[in-house]
Amino acid sequence: MAAAPDVLAEIGAIIGVPQYEEVGEFPVERGYIWTTCASVENGNPLFWDDAVAEELTGGPIAPPTMLSVWFRPHYWAPGRSEPRLPLKVHFDLKEKLGLPEAVMTDNTIVFHEPVRPGDVLRTRQVLRSVSEEKTTRLGTGRFWVIDVEYTNQRGELVGVETYTGFGYRRPGAGGGPSSGGEGS
Amino acid sequence: MTVTPRLLHGEVSKGDRLPELSYDVTATTVVLGALASRDWRPMHHDKDFAVTRNGVKDIFLNTPNQAAWFERYVTDWTGPHGRLGRMTFRMRGSVFPGDTMVLSGVVEDVTVDDTGCGWVDLDVALAVGGDTKTTCRTRVAVPVTPEDNPWRRRGPDWKP
Repeated sequence: MAAAPDVLAEIGAIIGVPQYEEVGEFPVERGYIWTTCASVENGNPLFWDDAVAEELTGGPIAPPTMLSVWFRPHYWAPGRSEPRLPLKVHFDLKEKLGLPEAVMTDNTIVFHEPVRPGDVLRTRQVLRSVSEEKTTRLGTGRFWVIDVEYTNQRGELVGVETYTGFGYRRPGAGGGPSSGGEGS
Repeated sequence: MTVTPRLLHGEVSKGDRLPELSYDVTATTVVLGALASRDWRPMHHDKDFAVTRNGVKDIFLNTPNQAAWFERYVTDWTGPHGRLGRMTFRMRGSVFPGDTMVLSGVVEDVTVDDTGCGWVDLDVALAVGGDTKTTCRTRVAVPVTPEDNPWRRRGPDWKP
């Protein structure tokens, strides 16, 4: 069952349009920087020696690969409503296109301005493209590309994550409940 | 104080191999990595959940913590002057407690862009018992001279 033309038009209209803008729940903090460095035994002096950080990066910074860490909410917070699903645009597309399964085929992170302790970051999601219907060994569906843009409190771009997803129906499946395919 | 670059752009050639890093993964590695990346999903700390709900043999390393492993591996090689430009991940399999993971890397390209920034493109892999579990194509800037520092680049002078 192919997607109806009005659904495709609706999706076409959001390509390039920023959605789900969100502010981080807490400022970037050194405790998490050190916990992360300890978890992978990262002895880079940029994160441990303030004199080196001052000379090379103008003060302490966070490991660039921690970008998405600053948007994972605490496990619990008083009075909080349900946190938003990360990559909501991805789940929107699965639902709108009636594709019960999905996998992420690859993920790129591009790093811009360094993230520093005390920064309060913002994120937004932008759908970049949706392919024609294609058949792979998994099934029949569509590929899509989603950018997650991160900026700091000065509006400077600190990074962009790009995800390529493939939403599909298994061969012979008529739809059915989502079983979620996002492994990580 | 002056920090001397550990690696200069001119010292790197296409085909160079980075020294391998071998690490014995334990349940502590997986849980510490998940909590350090604020990933509270049970398959990264609850073995019963991982086995009965995910159908795998044990808890497994999460993606954000693998990114932190790749960063550490690359910047161990470049030293603190090395500035990551981009990373592309492809996940092929999971890493479990009891696995010995081996990170390896090979230089795929060495270039200088039109702003004078020196880039090294690497193919980095995380493998267990010879099976590649994750690949990470990495673009990292390293100094072109002892006085150069990629971290000073901003705006139009930083083209990652």
